[in-house]
Amino acid sequence: MTPLRRVVIGSLLILAWPMAHAADGQKIFTQGGANPAAMACLGCHGPDGKGIAAAGFPRLAGLPAGYLSKQLHDWRNGSRKQPVMEPLAKALSEDEIKAVSIYLASLPADPVGDLRRQQIADDPTTRMALYGDWSRQIPGCVQCHGPGGGGVGEHFPPLAGQPASYLIAQLNAWRDGNRSNDPNQLMVGVAKAMTDDEIKAVAEFFARPVSQEVKP
Amino acid sequence: MKPMIPALLLLAVGSVQAAPIAMEDQSQLKVPGVQAAPQFVPPAESELPDNAFGKMVREGHALFVDTRRLMPEAVGNGMNCSNCHLDQGRLAHSAPMWGAYPMYPAYRKKNDKVNTYAERIQGCFQFSMNGKPPAADSPQMTALATYAYWLSTKAPTGVEIAGRGYPEVPQPKDGYDFKRGQQVYREQCAICHGDSGEGQKVAGEYVMPPLWGKDSYNWGAGMHRINTAASFIKYNMPLGKPGSLSDQQAWDVAAWINRHERPQDPRLVEGSIEKTRVKFHANDGVNLYGQKIDGVLIGEGTGS
Repeated sequence: MTPLRRVVIGSLLILAWPMAHAADGQKIFTQGGANPAAMACLGCHGPDGKGIAAAGFPRLAGLPAGYLSKQLHDWRNGSRKQPVMEPLAKALSEDEIKAVSIYLASLPADPVGDLRRQQIADDPTTRMALYGDWSRQIPGCVQCHGPGGGGVGEHFPPLAGQPASYLIAQLNAWRDGNRSNDPNQLMVGVAKAMTDDEIKAVAEFFARPVSQEVKP
Repeated sequence: MKPMIPALLLLAVGSVQAAPIAMEDQSQLKVPGVQAAPQFVPPAESELPDNAFGKMVREGHALFVDTRRLMPEAVGNGMNCSNCHLDQGRLAHSAPMWGAYPMYPAYRKKNDKVNTYAERIQGCFQFSMNGKPPAADSPQMTALATYAYWLSTKAPTGVEIAGRGYPEVPQPKDGYDFKRGQQVYREQCAICHGDSGEGQKVAGEYVMPPLWGKDSYNWGAGMHRINTAASFIKYNMPLGKPGSLSDQQAWDVAAWINRHERPQDPRLVEGSIEKTRVKFHANDGVNLYGQKIDGVLIGEGTGS
C-alpha cells in the first residue's frame, strides 16, 4: 500500500466515522435496539416515520429531538403511560434514546399549512384552533404549537400531520391522568376545559392534510 | 374662575419642566378592581355585517393579530398588538379594546395633551412596538380604530367599565426581589419566552414574543413599568393560567424582566439617560430606567 493510498483510506475512515455513528439511530429505527425488547420504530410508526393514521400510531418524523427524548424518558418514569411504549423505552439505553431521537428529528415531514391568524374565524373549530376560548382559559392551539400547528421549539410539538385518533387519545390521557408529563401542566388544564366534541373536531382539524385546507 | 388660574400656571410650568401635572390623567384613571366582575361582552364574529364596514373590521382584526408581519414599516420590533391585548383585544383584564376605545379622546399625562384614539394607538406603535406610527388618517389606522369601535359595540362611552386595563396589583410590602424573579422566570416563563427573554420564532416569525432585547418593547412603553408588567402578568400569564402567580411572584418576575436592556426610549432628551429619567420616568410608576443596579446603569438601550 502506497503512503498516498493510506492517506486516502485514512481520510475515508475519518469521514465515514460520523456517518457510522449517526447510523445508530437509523438502525434502531429500522431494526431496533441492542435489547430485543426495544423493537424497531418503523414497525408501528411507518417506514417513513410519518405514523400510521388508520391505527392511530403517531408521526415521529421531524419532531424535535428534545421532545422525543423526553417522551422516552417519561415512559420510563411513568409520567406518560402507554402499554407498548413503556417496556420499549425501558429497553433502550441512554445512548440509544439520544441517537434515535436525533435520527427521527432529521426525517423529513410533510409541509405544514401556513394557516395564519389574519382571518376572523367564523366556525367554532377554527376559532378554537386559532384563538381558543378564553371564557374557559383555553388558549388557541396555534398560540403555543405555532402557525398551522407546526410546532414551536422543543416543548411544543407539531399537531399537524398527527392522526386525529392519536391527538384525541392524548387529550383524553391528560384528562384522566395517564399523561402528566406536560411542562408546567400547560396541557392538563386545557384538556380538562375542552368538551369531547371539541377535542374530536380540533383533532380532525390538525390531522387534515394540508392540501384539503387550501381553498381557492 | 379662580381655581383655573393656578391650574393654568401649572400647565405653563409643566411645558417648561414637565414635572408637575396640572390635570389628572384621564386615560390612566384607577382601573376597576377585580372585585368588579366584567359584564361586557364584545360582539361575536358571526354578527359582523357583510359590507364595507364589516370588511374594514376584518382588516383591522388582521392588523391587530398579525401586526409585525403586515405592517413591517410601522413595527420596529417583534411585537403584535395581540401580545399585550390577549384574545384579539377581547379579553377582560387584558386591556381589551372595548375598555379603551370608549375612553377617548382623553387627556394623557404621558404627552400632556388630549389624545384622540388614533393618537393613543400611535403611542403603542412608538413605544410598545418600537416603530414609526401610522398616520392618523392612514388606512391602517382607520382599520385598527374600526376594529376597536366594533368590539366596543353597545359599551358606554367615558365610563370606567369593569374588565378594562390590567387590574392593579398592589406592591408587596417588602417590594420585589430580582433573584426570586429570576427563579419564577426560569420555572414559569422561559419555556415560551426563552432563557434570555428572546422569545421563540418559527420560520423567522415570532410566535412567542421577546420580553427584552432589541426586538422587545422599548424603554418608553408602559410595560417597562414594573407595576404595569406585574398587573399584566398576574392576570394573563402564564398563557392559559392567569392568576396562578402570587402578587409577590408577579412583582418579582416583572422586576426581573424589566431590569433587562431593551431599545432606547425614543424621547431620549439630548442624548442623556439622566435627563430622560427626570423628565419621563421619575414620576412614571415603578421603573428602573436611569437607575444603577449592581453597579450597572439601566436604560442604555440595545440594538436598533
